Amino acid sequence: MTAASLREGRDNTQTRPSRPIRSRAKLKRTLVVWAMITPALLGLAIFFVYPLLANLYYSFTSFNLLSPPEWIGLRNYQYLFTQDPRVVTAALNTLWLVVILVPVRIIMAMAVAGLLVRAKRASGLWRTLFYMPALVPPVASVVAFVFLFNPGTGPVNQILHAVGIPGPLWFSDPALAKPSLVLMGVWVMGDIMIIFLASLLDVPRDQYEAAALDGANGPQRVRYVTLPHMGPVLLFAIITGVIAALQYFTEAAVASSVASGKTGVSVQLSQVLGYPSDSLLTYTEWLYVRGFSNFQLGYAAALAVLLFVITAAFLFVLLRRFKAFTPEGRS
Amino acid sequence: MSATATRPSTLDTERNRRSGRRKPNSVLLWIAEHTVLVVLAVLFVAPIVFVLLTSFMSANQTLTASLWPNPWDFGNYVRAFTQVPLAQWFGNSAVYAVLATAFMLISSVPAAYVLAKIRIRFANTIFLAIIVAMLLPPQVTIVPLYVMWSQLGLTGTLWPLILPNLLGDAFSIFLLRQFFLTIPSEYADAARIDGNGELGVLVRVIVPMAKPGIAAASIFLFFNAWNDYFGPLVYTSENPDNWPVAYGLAMFHGSHGTDWGTTMAVTMLVTIPVVIIFFFAQRTFVEGITLTGVKG
Repeated sequence: MTAASLREGRDNTQTRPSRPIRSRAKLKRTLVVWAMITPALLGLAIFFVYPLLANLYYSFTSFNLLSPPEWIGLRNYQYLFTQDPRVVTAALNTLWLVVILVPVRIIMAMAVAGLLVRAKRASGLWRTLFYMPALVPPVASVVAFVFLFNPGTGPVNQILHAVGIPGPLWFSDPALAKPSLVLMGVWVMGDIMIIFLASLLDVPRDQYEAAALDGANGPQRVRYVTLPHMGPVLLFAIITGVIAALQYFTEAAVASSVASGKTGVSVQLSQVLGYPSDSLLTYTEWLYVRGFSNFQLGYAAALAVLLFVITAAFLFVLLRRFKAFTPEGRS
Repeated sequence: MSATATRPSTLDTERNRRSGRRKPNSVLLWIAEHTVLVVLAVLFVAPIVFVLLTSFMSANQTLTASLWPNPWDFGNYVRAFTQVPLAQWFGNSAVYAVLATAFMLISSVPAAYVLAKIRIRFANTIFLAIIVAMLLPPQVTIVPLYVMWSQLGLTGTLWPLILPNLLGDAFSIFLLRQFFLTIPSEYADAARIDGNGELGVLVRVIVPMAKPGIAAASIFLFFNAWNDYFGPLVYTSENPDNWPVAYGLAMFHGSHGTDWGTTMAVTMLVTIPVVIIFFFAQRTFVEGITLTGVKG
């Protein structure tokens, strides 16, 4: 910094005649640079900073879009924490997904990556095969899974029937609806699996050899060589997985509406969300119902503030631990 | 560094592996691993196979126990277009995804270039804001944004989902910046000495060198727009004329009873464009990775 300004000072004295031209060129460069980044800055201001602040304000109001927001202090929060009949169910469903769906997906992705890293022949074919489901649009994979697992004619229950097992109701059984979505979550684990595979291929071979020479058996080599190397990637997968689970919406909403058999233009989504018996009602779905079906936008804003606080805690850990997310990070 | 460290031991590894093959223990392990792989592969492919087979069944046949089309009925792919405005929905999706991607490129490529290659004030703050904006759930800001778009009279259309891309997309800026960082600054410096302004450096040097990264960012945004459900639900659910096809698929089934055959045909139709684009782009991804020498 000081060196740069010193050099600049010397330049100025040495090339005095050309100084106006130089500074005009410099000004032009500065203007071009700011013109290049200004749209993005405006975008951050309009679509990120402003909505966060406005949302905080709306959360202290009663607002239905028809009349202006009316200040009601902490009443929304009071209702949220003490009276809302379904928010606890919704929050617990989302918590269930965080605690079950995220680890199951990560363990399965790790297991498949571990198998693929050892498959030497046709490795490209195997990788494509296990990655493919992750490409399927989420709505399409949910519709497909509700069909596969539909109790009457679905292939899964047909096959179970053929081997003499009575098929369960899957997406129509309150106890099995979330586990059915976990099965689908495992099917589309390719996105995490690819990251794990890249990291596994990166483990230096000689570390395994050194461990083997020291007498480490298979599980020990995984414990003391593979896992430490995978640490950062694993933490990244856990935190982004948790953030994704906190906003879980599409899969649950589509599963409820297709499995309930009540879809179409005339059906209000809010009537089917949570089917069967609120077992698929997630926190963000409840936010949607209150805000965009009941048009209680002030209360939906309060639900959004709570979601922001919880997500921010996980974001904080992510930002503290990862170089790529700091301005100095180069990878 | 790890490359130089592993090189001396390569021979040992080869020898170990070859001698390892002979041990009955590792033969058993090889068989066990590949059995698990094959079984898993069958389970992972099965859903696609059943969806495809069912899309060739008549409505009556989908209600029977048989899992194989008999006779094969290709009519579902035609009927789907007459039962709902499927062509229009595909058109809406195409407009949404193409415009969003084009707008993102116009705004995000220059912004990512500035963040990667030029020292500006508040760069750290801007970058932090981009990271948080990209990772925050969309539901956190949906209430004020909906209010804003309804005041502009644009709810009921897809514009609230397309227009913001003109002012940069956080994830795309992040991805592009990471890619631009891998291009050595010497190229940009050389172009500056040749008399290029920053715009010239970006257009003549950085963009040609970062084509795979730009392609990757475009494809990610295109897929996100094509797959989007929450956005169209909030803004267009009352206006079926403006539905994108992924949202239309979610609404498709119930309006015509349990016609799984047609539903599976639409499911295939929604998925096929994504798969085609992926297979064309796969080479671009690989090229991008090998060209720049970055991994992961």
